[in-house]
Parts: sequence; C-alpha cells; structure tokens
Amino acid sequence: MIRFENVSKRFPSKDGETIAVNNVNLEIEKGEIFGIIGFSGAGKSTLVRHVNLLEYPTCGNVYFEDFNLTKASERELRKYRQKIGMIFQQFNLLAQRNVVENIVYPLEIAGAGKKERLERAEELLRLVGLEDKKRAYPAQLSGGQKQRVAIARALSTKPGVLLCDEATSALDPITTRAILGLLKEINEKLGVTIVVITHEMKVVEQICDRVAVMSSGVIEEVGTVKDVFLNPKSETARKLILPEDNGLKADEKRRILRIAFDGQSAFLPVISSLTVECDTMINILGANTENIGGKAYGQMLIELPEDSHKENKIKKYLDSHGIHYEEGGKKNEQGYDRTA
Amino acid sequence: MSKAMIELLENGVYETLYMTLVSTLIAYIIGIPLGVLVYVTDAKGICKSRVIHFIAGVVINVVRSVPFLILLVAILPFTRMVVGTTIGSDATIVPLVVAAAPFVARMVESSLKEVDSGVIEAAKAMGSSKLQIIYKVLLPEAKPSLLVGGTIAVSTILGYSAMAGFVGGGGLGAIAINYGYYRYQTNVMLITVALLVIIVQLFQEVGLRVVNKLDKRLR
Repeated sequence: MIRFENVSKRFPSKDGETIAVNNVNLEIEKGEIFGIIGFSGAGKSTLVRHVNLLEYPTCGNVYFEDFNLTKASERELRKYRQKIGMIFQQFNLLAQRNVVENIVYPLEIAGAGKKERLERAEELLRLVGLEDKKRAYPAQLSGGQKQRVAIARALSTKPGVLLCDEATSALDPITTRAILGLLKEINEKLGVTIVVITHEMKVVEQICDRVAVMSSGVIEEVGTVKDVFLNPKSETARKLILPEDNGLKADEKRRILRIAFDGQSAFLPVISSLTVECDTMINILGANTENIGGKAYGQMLIELPEDSHKENKIKKYLDSHGIHYEEGGKKNEQGYDRTA
Repeated sequence: MSKAMIELLENGVYETLYMTLVSTLIAYIIGIPLGVLVYVTDAKGICKSRVIHFIAGVVINVVRSVPFLILLVAILPFTRMVVGTTIGSDATIVPLVVAAAPFVARMVESSLKEVDSGVIEAAKAMGSSKLQIIYKVLLPEAKPSLLVGGTIAVSTILGYSAMAGFVGGGGLGAIAINYGYYRYQTNVMLITVALLVIIVQLFQEVGLRVVNKLDKRLR
C-alpha cells in the first residue's frame, strides 16, 4: 500500500545539516494498523509526512499503491492526497467553519455537489458519534470531539489510508482510549489502512498490528507488536516499553528483571508461585497490565536477589513456564540507564 | 450658529464619509491581493518567490515611508490625470488610495500571518490547490482579524482625508482649516473635531461589534 524506498530527508541547520530521516525502507500493508514509535525528534513525523509529500524526500522514492508519488505532477499529487486522509495532534480544524462545514471541506475542493456533501457528512457524523454537534464551531468542542471531527473530515473522500500524527498526544487517557477505539473500528469496518505516529507504547499496544521503532531518523526494528513487546531488540524499543521510571535505577547492587506477559500467563499467579517454588522474597518494583483489543499485554519489574543460586532458580522457573523475561540491570551496565 | 454653517457642516460630514469609504473600498481592492501576494511569496509561504516578495515589499515600503501630505502634493499630476482636477473630494480619493493601499496590504499580511500554519498544512494534505487555500482557508480564517484591520484602516484614512483639506481637498478637514484656522472661528474648529471623533468612534464600535458577531472562536 505504502512503500518507502531508501528515503532520506536532510534539513539545512546551523551546523551544516540535520538528517531527519536516514535511508528508510519500509512497507505498510493494505488494511493493517501500522505504528511508528519513537521519542521526540526521532523523525517519525517527518517520515509520515512523506506519505502525502508534505515533505519531499531529499532522496529516495515513496510509493502509494505502487505509484511513485515523487514523480507525480502537482495535479496528480492533489488527486492522491485526496486518497490519503490525515489527522494531527492539534486537530487543525477550520475555526471559522462549523462541524459540518469542516467535514465537507475535502469534498468541496474535490468538486462534489452540495447534496452529496451533506449526505456524506450525515454518514460520517453517525460514524464518529457527533450527530448532535452539527452546527457547533470548533471552539465549542472538547479535544476529543475536535479529533472526531478531524477524523470525519479526513474520511470524507473515502481515502484508503489514514495518517495519524500524534493524534492522541493532546488528549487525556480516557479520551485517548475512545479515539483509538474509533480508529480501530474504522479500520475494521471500512478497511482503511491506518498509520499511527506516537511516542506512547500504550497507543501501539492498543491498536497496532505491526510497529516500527524509530530513532535518529533510522528504523531500528520492525515487527508485530507482540514480538517487539516481548522481545525488543533495540535500545529504543526497550526504553519505550519500560514504564516511566520512579526510582527504578539499576546499579551494581540492584539488578532488575523485566517479566513480560502475553495473554495466557498474565492471569496466572506467577509471582506467588515464584516465591513459593524458589523460596525467595521478591521485590516488585513496578507493574502494568493491559487487556485490550482481545490481547493482554503486561509486564512486571522485579528486583533480582543477590544470591546467584536463587537468581538461576527464578530464571529456570520462568523458562519452564514459557514466560518471557530479560534482565534490565545487565543492560544498565552496558550503559543503558533508565534515568537518562 | 447660522443655518448656512449647519448646512456647511452637514455637507462636510457627507464629503468626509464619501472620501473615506470610497478610498477604503478601493484601497482594499488593491490591498488584499497585494497583501496576499506578499504573504504567499514569503520564505514560509505556499508559493515561495524571493523576487516577487522582495519587489512587492519594496514598493509597499517606499510608498509607506512618504508622509501623506508630501505624497498628496507629489502625485498631483497623477491625480489630475485620473480625475481631471486636483481639488475637491474626488481629487482627494486618488492620493488617499495610493497612500492607503500599501498600508492595507501590510495589515492584510499581518492578519494572514495569524492563521495557524497547521490548518494550512491540513488543507494541503487534503489536496487543496494554492488558490483554494487562499480563498477557502486563508481569507475566511483571517476574516475577523481582517475586519479589525479594516476599522483601523478606516480611522487612518479618515485622518488622512482631513489633512487633504490643506491643499484643497473637501470634507470636514477643509472646513476646519478654512474656518477654524484661516478665519479664527474656534467654535467651528471644535465642532469639526467633535464630529470627526464621533465618526471614528462610530466606525470602531460598529466594526468591533461585527467582528464579535462573526468570529466563531469567541463562543
């Protein structure tokens, strides 16, 4: 559906050049929800802006439905942009237009008739659940409602792809969840391919099928959400997965084990069994589990005992039960510090 | 006060309004496209063009830096060419437009700059052409700010029109100079000043009310 081929983007900056996107090769399949995750400044927004050529690559090609967008004329590009919806962190609604007028804007510029526009607006208002806000202006809406209008607007020309640039980053957790639910519904009902840019692992966990981890303009790893979550290969992925630390500093004395749960084992009394079977006290440093989208993901951070015998016992126990784990402390000794 | 004087003042108010409103209208007809041109050709604009941006900027700045009274006299031949005379209200409209159009262009430019760049980007992402971005996004989104600018422009042009009284223009300015200044009729001077203040107030008040009614961000 969308394919990046050796895409690089360089910006001129004070000290020469900034490489925002560095030789990215990536393919996003039709119908999937694809996440691109990374910290601020990783280049993920710049990358996604290449899909509709809001940014033009310094070199490389971007294909949409096997059409090379970088070779498109101005006219062709406008046509393609109508097939690629986009929503933003700041919603970017037209402040002087009401909800319906905002939603029909893309149809207006595409030259659709008035009747068609209004019918489509009704449909979309139902989809996003804002039938009662038709005549409201953006200033009268909450953040979540604004994003719903933006989603309806992005979908009005029936695009094949919806790009979400930090679409939930300005929203509270409950609204975020609702908006993500809506995106999932749109993906399932309408078959729209969705690309989600975010810095929050939770967003990826909740709706994405596959995820790319990005740092300093480079895609560090790509895989199914489950694989990346259970077995992160890159430093960036690890940092994104571990919860915001609250004194979880590992040093020479203190070593941390991260236990990752997937669906079935999340509900077993793992820790209790561990204490009993390994005859050791376990210090739980942090935990979170999410049971969303039919899959349960969770993780727990425990402190490893100093006694290496007990440590091996714990690991053996986890191995025998097929529970994924990795040593956080060890990573730390290699220069990986959660407090950074 | 004599009946003749009252008639004179009535006529003065009428002439002042006529000059001000007609000049403002024409100044906007020229100023909006010029302001849009300067805005869109900017380095961050939607039709970047260094050359056009620079030329338009220089033209605006040159005209803007000439004091109105001097401009008025300097372009007298041009005024005669356009309206056939250099005295009276019609003749005043020409220099008023020449002086106000670049001023209006700068006001339009600054109003357009207030439009959120994210909204413009969204419009681009939805496949808008440059022209569509200008007349469907930029101008409608900047409308309240443009109207505020309009009330400021009207007051400024009104002030300029009074100055034109010194060199044979019409309106309240001419009355204030001819009667209040040359004939020492202080009462006439004070009345014209009061009338000018009332007119400016009226424009301000009406303008702001219209803005408050139109701006959808304020609710």
